[in-house]
Order: sequence, then structure tokens, then C-alpha cells
Amino acid sequence: MIHLQNIEKVYRTSSVETLALNNVNLTVRKGEFVSIMGPSGCGKSTLLNIMGLLDVPSKGEVRIDNEATVNLSDKQMAHFRNKKLGFIFQSYHLINDLKVLDNVELPLLYRNSNAKERTRLAKAALEKVGLSNRMKHFPNQLSGGQKQRVAIARAIVGEPEIILADEPTGNLDSAMGNEIMDILLELNSIDKTTIVMVTHDEQMARKTHRLVRLFDGSQVS
Amino acid sequence: MLKHLFKLIWNKKKQNFVLMLEILVSFLVIFAVFTMVVYYYKNYRKPLNLQYERVWAIHFEIPSRPPNRDSLLLFYENLRNQIKSMPEIEAVSITSSNVPFSMSTMQNNFNYDGKGITLNDYICEGEHARVLGAKMAAGRWFSKEDNASKYRPVVINEELKKRWFGNGDAIGKILNKESDHPYKVVGVVTDMKTKGDYQLVEPELYRRADTADYYWLSNALVRVKPTADVAFESRLYKSLPNFINHGTLEIEHLTDKLVSRNSMTLVPMIILMIVAGFFVVNVALGLFGVLWYNINRRRGEIGLRRAVGATGQSVSRQLVSEALVLATMALIVGCFFAVQFPLMNVFDMPASVYLIAIGLSVIFIYLLVAACSFYPGKQAATIYPAVALHEE
Repeated sequence: MIHLQNIEKVYRTSSVETLALNNVNLTVRKGEFVSIMGPSGCGKSTLLNIMGLLDVPSKGEVRIDNEATVNLSDKQMAHFRNKKLGFIFQSYHLINDLKVLDNVELPLLYRNSNAKERTRLAKAALEKVGLSNRMKHFPNQLSGGQKQRVAIARAIVGEPEIILADEPTGNLDSAMGNEIMDILLELNSIDKTTIVMVTHDEQMARKTHRLVRLFDGSQVS
Repeated sequence: MLKHLFKLIWNKKKQNFVLMLEILVSFLVIFAVFTMVVYYYKNYRKPLNLQYERVWAIHFEIPSRPPNRDSLLLFYENLRNQIKSMPEIEAVSITSSNVPFSMSTMQNNFNYDGKGITLNDYICEGEHARVLGAKMAAGRWFSKEDNASKYRPVVINEELKKRWFGNGDAIGKILNKESDHPYKVVGVVTDMKTKGDYQLVEPELYRRADTADYYWLSNALVRVKPTADVAFESRLYKSLPNFINHGTLEIEHLTDKLVSRNSMTLVPMIILMIVAGFFVVNVALGLFGVLWYNINRRRGEIGLRRAVGATGQSVSRQLVSEALVLATMALIVGCFFAVQFPLMNVFDMPASVYLIAIGLSVIFIYLLVAACSFYPGKQAATIYPAVALHEE
């Protein structure tokens, strides 16, 4: 499903060159739930961003669904992200000026779907994460756990094959974190969605199929 | 997407209020400027219908006028003959001080069949039409043949004819019938823009000077031949005082008076345009700044939109569209105020002037907003999603 080969990422400023990822090779199979762990600054989020086509590697190749992504145009990449990928972020990244339902509809706005269909799909996604009673609320009226569930609904509304989650439980207490993890596990087991999750939480990581460890930009296990 | 933008803007109405107010105020200022520009331009496009190039206005101050009627008429007859005797003079008309393009106006109320109209009243002589090159639309200019008439002859312009008689005939109609001094319309003259290039044609009436008028008339209009030069003007300046009891004399060319009169219109308009220009620059900078600030404030949102499938171009388009939707909301309110002007007939301007000005102002505001949001929008398109999301 996701194939990373010899991935290298270097951040350059005028005086400093930082190697964020060094020769990372990783394959994530369809339906797999993989977690990525490592200390802060080891390149976990960078790796996830590269997988999600939010960032480009300095070297190496990213193949998703057997399609090389290196030469995709901005438009093709956007289309790819919209159709195949769903993102969940630690800080939720909800638009505070939009109601929950509108936030969830967001990915569908960049598809050729009509308003009725968008609303139907968004409501279904919210129901799936148990938030159908909060769809008229604004994000700042929700708790952290509820916000993350909205973010999950937004990630799954377009029925992507892959979900990339960057520390989805990082801002939540353990009870909330477990709730979110349960939803992700359910998505993986029932909907067969491929999930790659960056986490600091060993306990959460143990619930996934496979654990990848990074240290100083290199894959150590 | 448009509905989405409306929702986004509506939900941020408090933050957007100041920006909308700024756009609204600029629309109203621009509307005022365009109203003036359209009004003056429409007037400017109408023909002057006045051959002013070789016409001089002579103003004379006579220290003492002959007190008795016959000697007064003789005095003016001599003066007229003296001027006409000069080979460079083609025609002369002793006239009231409201000569074309002067700041002097004389307004009186005349009525026909009970309908009174306040109009520009000119007192002049038989050669006045020849001096100004006025064209008759109907009838004739007054002349000696009116001496025997029971009524004092007047010529009216087309604008006045339209107001009093519409498409009907004006010739022979009696004005101020019930008064001691009734007037008879003997001709209709083509509308002349006697107040300059930029002024609207007003209802005008030309009365033939009678004896009573000569007690105070102190101006003459003369049409000179192309050969009339500075030397002739100097000769005229020196010789005439002998015939006006050594009074003072002032000669002005209508070409100069037109320039001066036009500048009376243009200067305030230019000042208003400069002020409006500064205002627009301020608004443009303000808009640009607010949109720029918004983009920096919304980097996380931009990153998110890119992550869920927006292209750089669609992010850019969204930000420009948002600004245009905001402008639309402000313009709806602005247009509501602006249409009151033609509806309530404010300043007595034709409705078409206001409607064109509204249209131009709307286009101007849209262009201004689009121009101000284009660069920030373009910059937003270059934001890399990973960077924007990470910063957030």
C-alpha cells in the first residue's frame, strides 16, 4: 500500500543542514495498522508528512498504491490526498469558524459532490464516531476528545484507504485517548482502513499490528 | 463552495465587520466621485452650440448716464455705432452682466398658463444671436419688426420650451399674461451651454432690452473678425472711454472666460478626486494588510485545506473569493444607500447619472478588492502544507 524507499530528508538553512530522515525504508501493507515511535525530533512527523504527500523527500521514492508520487503535479497530489488519504493531527486542526458538520464536510468540498450528498456523508461519519448530537456545535464548544472525534470523522468522510494519524491521543487524557484509539482500531478492523500512527505512547503502540522505531532520523526497528 | 464561503464569512462576522465597513465607506466615497465625473462627462459630451472663439465681453462703468429717456437711447445708439464703425467688428449686443461663462447670473420667475419656472434671464439686443452664433430651432430672434408689437419679444431655449410646451409649438405664446409686462415668444434657440463645458443646460430666456434696462446695462458682447488682434484690442480700449463719459473699461475674451469657468468646475472635482485617491490608497493598503494578516493567521487552516485536497490554486482562489464575497456584502448595503439618490431625486440629477455611477463604483470596488487580495492569495498558494500545519 505504502512503499518508502531510501527516504532522506534534509532541512537546509543558510548556515545549518539538518538531516531529519536518513535512508528510511518502510512498507505498509493494505489493512495494516502501523505505529511509529521515537523520541521528539527523531523525524516521526516528517516521515508521516512524506507518506501523506504533505512534504517531499530530499532523496528516495514514495509509492502509494503502486503509484510513484515523485513526479505528481500540485493538482495531482491534491487529488491524491483528497481521494486516498485521511489525516488526523494532535492539535485537531479544526476550523473554529465552521460548525462541526461543516468541518467534517471539508474534504468533500474539493470533490465533485453535491451539497445534499456531502451532508449525508458527513452526518454518517459523525454518527460513526458518536458525535451526531454535536453537529451544530462549533469546535470551541467541544472537549478535546470530542474535537479529535470530529477530526477522525473528517478523516474518514471521504472513505480514504489510508489514515495518517500524527499523535492523535497526544493532547488527551488516557480515558479519552483510549476512546480515540478504539475508534481507530475499529476503523482498521471493520473498514479495513490502513492506518499509520505516530505516537509517544508505548501502550497505544502495542495495540497496533506493527511498531516502527526511529532514532535521529534512522529506522532502528 | 460559494455557500461554504458565505458560511465562513457569516460565522466570522464580528472580525469581518470592520473590513466590510471600510469597503462600504470606500464605495460611498467612490460613488460620490463617479457621480460627479459621470454628471460632468455627460454634460461635456453635449455640444456647446455657441461660437465663442471671436467674441469679446466688454464691461464698462459709466460715471453718469443721461437721465432722460431719449438722450439715454441716443447715448447707447452712439456707443453701438462707434463700436460697429470699427472695421474689425462684426456684430454688437448690449447685454446684462450674465454674459456667457461669467459667474454672474440673473434668475427670474416667468409663468405660462399658471406654470411658473425660475429661469436664467438674459437681457440683450437684436444682434445677440449673431454675436454668439446661436442657431434658431424655431421662429426668429427679436428685431426691429417687434417695435410695433403689443408684447415685448422673448426668445427661449429648447430646454425651457420642453418644460413649458413639451413637443408643442412655443412661437406666439404669451408669458406672464396676467402681469403688467406680458412677453411673447418669437423664437426658440438651440440650447447653449452658457455656464461652460461641464454644466447642464438650464432653462433660459432672452429678453429684448428696453429703455428701462439701459439705465443699468453695463456690458456688451462683440463678435470680431479674424483679423482683430492685440493692436485692435488696444485701440478699442483707448477709444471707447471717450464715448462712455470717460468711464472705466474691461475687455475679456470668451475663450479665456470659458477656461476660467471650466476650471471652477474642474478644480473642486480634481481636489475631490485627489482626496478620494488618497482614501482609496489607504483603503487598498488597509485591505491588503488585513488580508495579509488573515493569511498569516490562517496558515493552519490553509495547511489543513491543502491536506484534505485543496490545490495551491484553489486556496488562492478561495481567499480572493472570500474577499469578493465580503465586498459583495458591503456593496449590497452600499447600493441600498446609493439607490436612494435617484429614487428621492437628490440634487436634481438625472437617474441615469446615479445608476451609471453605482455600476462604475461596484466595478471599481470589485477590481480594488480583487487586486488587493490577489497577491496575499498567491502567497497563500505557496505555503507548504507540512510547514503550515507544523507551525500551527
